[in-house]
Amino acid sequence: MASLESYLFISLILFCLGLYAVMTRRNGVAVLMGIELILNAANLNLVAFNRFGGLAEHLPGQVFALFVIVMAASEAAVALAIIINLYKTFATVNVDEAHEMKW
Amino acid sequence: MVTVHTLTLYGLIILFLPLVSFVYQIFFGRVLGPRGAWLSVGALAVTLVLSLTMLVSLFMGHEIAFTPEVLWFTVGDFSLTLGFQFDNISVVMLVVVAIISSLAHLYSIEYMRGDVRYTRYFGYLGLFTFSMNGIVLAHSLIMMYVFWELVGLSSYLLIGHWFEKDSAADAGKKAFLTNRVGDIGMFIGIMLLWTVTGSFTFQGLYELIDVESGNMFAGQMGLLTIAGVLVFLGAIGKSAQFPLHIWLPDAMEGPTPVSALIHAATMVAAGVYLTVRMFPILTPDALLVVGTIGAITAVLGALIAITQNDIKRVLAYSTVSQLGYMIMAVGMGAQQAAFFHLSTHAMFKGLLFLCSGSVIHALHHALVHEGDHSTDHQDMRNMGGLRSKMPITYITMLIGALTISGVPLFSGFLSKDAILAGTLAFAHEHHVWWANLFPIAGFGAAAITAFYMFRLIFMTFHGKPANAKVNAHVHESPAVMTIPLMTLAVLSFALFFTLPGLNPMSAEGWFAHLIHQMENLTGYAALSWEHLEHGFHEAHHLTVQLSFAVAGTGIMLAIVFYLLGWLSPAAWAERLKKAGLYQASFHKFYFDEIYDKVLYQPFLWLTDKIAWLDWDWWDQRFIDSWGRNTVKAGNASGWVDYFWLDQIVIDGIGRIIRWMGAVGRKMQTGRIQNYLMWALAGGLIILVLANSF
Repeated sequence: MASLESYLFISLILFCLGLYAVMTRRNGVAVLMGIELILNAANLNLVAFNRFGGLAEHLPGQVFALFVIVMAASEAAVALAIIINLYKTFATVNVDEAHEMKW
Repeated sequence: MVTVHTLTLYGLIILFLPLVSFVYQIFFGRVLGPRGAWLSVGALAVTLVLSLTMLVSLFMGHEIAFTPEVLWFTVGDFSLTLGFQFDNISVVMLVVVAIISSLAHLYSIEYMRGDVRYTRYFGYLGLFTFSMNGIVLAHSLIMMYVFWELVGLSSYLLIGHWFEKDSAADAGKKAFLTNRVGDIGMFIGIMLLWTVTGSFTFQGLYELIDVESGNMFAGQMGLLTIAGVLVFLGAIGKSAQFPLHIWLPDAMEGPTPVSALIHAATMVAAGVYLTVRMFPILTPDALLVVGTIGAITAVLGALIAITQNDIKRVLAYSTVSQLGYMIMAVGMGAQQAAFFHLSTHAMFKGLLFLCSGSVIHALHHALVHEGDHSTDHQDMRNMGGLRSKMPITYITMLIGALTISGVPLFSGFLSKDAILAGTLAFAHEHHVWWANLFPIAGFGAAAITAFYMFRLIFMTFHGKPANAKVNAHVHESPAVMTIPLMTLAVLSFALFFTLPGLNPMSAEGWFAHLIHQMENLTGYAALSWEHLEHGFHEAHHLTVQLSFAVAGTGIMLAIVFYLLGWLSPAAWAERLKKAGLYQASFHKFYFDEIYDKVLYQPFLWLTDKIAWLDWDWWDQRFIDSWGRNTVKAGNASGWVDYFWLDQIVIDGIGRIIRWMGAVGRKMQTGRIQNYLMWALAGGLIILVLANSF
């Protein structure tokens, strides 16, 4: 029997994996992928709370999740553009090598 | 009829008109330039007319004895008044001052012509006349003291009129400072009298110090003697009495009309005037001091005058001697005679000075004409033979000399003999041996006076000219100068003092009539005119014969020495030099030298030491050490401030903050992952905290 806790648990695992990827990966694309995981963890939460939170007839969680997906798509576009420019400038996609503005 | 109001008004005009003249000459003198001097002469003429009006009303039998006064100021219970003392003495004195002052003004118009400070000179003359009238009119000692200082000031200003000359500037200072010595005594004396009686006015003092009606000084007559002598000290200074006579001869550095007005006729007589006014309250002991001082001065001045070669200095010492006569007369109790001699002396000594001025003026112009600027035009050895060149000056000066020598028909004969009779009467009444010294001093000085006056006449007007070329350019002075000479010469005749009775030996003359005997209130027997007359008779005309004898002897000696040349003055001088007598007289009995040794040098030594103490110790060590210690304290405080407060506390805070910044900025790695770590950690902490409370 699928319960709210199981969804939240999967969502937590997704969030932690995403966070881990963001914090440990040096490759900008991998970091971006981590962010996508975190966003999807949130989406899963939104949908799950919508289903089990007594708000099913209005579907606010699903609508919210749709907005997040759209936003994540545009965010991916922007982020990938930044990474391309990063690569053009530094010939690398490692984010920690872009420290020109650091003291 | 002269009422109190008119009289007060006259007094105010007489007093303040010369002051107006002073203000005009000093502040607006440029308006009219030298011609403005006539305004001053006019102002003085008005005071002369008013003074004469008062005198005439006295003749007409009106009693003038008022003391109008106004309140000056009040301090607590004590109030001080300003006022006039109108009586016969002050009226006569006003006339004397007005006559001499207006003639000196007139004379100065020519004498001072071309002077750089012409208007200022007339201004100062006005200031002097104002002050002198103030002394004469003052009804209280304190008011007299104020004007006393004012005449001292104007005397200082006029002696130093040619202050470019060091000697003139020094003479002014000397006169001022020497007078100061006497004035301090006078002030203490005034205060002493006031402390005991509580009164400054003459009338008040006369009333409060009266042995008959309860004397405030009863039982303290010694104190009254001291007070009297102290007040007399003022007279010693102003009237150039021994031992403060040293300033008067030096004062001859001033213009000659000034010498005539101030240093012969009026200001120096102020001391005599004061002594006459004080006479009623001077104790017998104080009067003895007065008489002794006067006698010493009379002889001393005459002795010094013999050997002086400067024409004005001879006259200056003569003045010292004559003032001594007057002071001696007051001391003898013959204050009427003293005041009489004051009046006659003012006329003939003013005359002699103005004559000498005329000679100096003429000689100076002749010398300048010859291009000679170095010859001393006041030295009698550079004169001689001026008789035919300056007949008016010669005749008037001869009259002056005859008068001062005490030759009959001239006023000096009357007044001098009155004084001599006074000394004889004094000796007659005091049967002690030293009482005889006073007549001896009097007659001795009279003989010497006759001698040196005719020495002056003969050296100046007779004999061969010292320089024929210069002599050829000597001219008689213009009318503006000779008119005062002639006026004073006429006033030197006995006639004017003996009217209406022409007998010079009587006490019936107007002067004797006017000048009442003042009672001495301390129980001293004063000598009235009748006493003096009695003195003449008592001595069986001894006085007169003696006077004739001494005057004749003096004049004859002068003729023998200087006119006929039977005896050589130079040879006799040599002979006297051996005894040291000539030198003593020539060097004025070494008074200046003695004062220099005894007073000035020790004083300078003392001031030098005090200055050393003040500068080297007080200033350099004490005062400056404040500065030095302040610098030291400042350095220490600065060190604490900089090295401790600034460097360690203030900068320490900065360093701590910098260190904290240095540590803190290490967290700002710029790596997004690190920030996320911190954010995660923070989030977890908040979570834990939120759950645990």
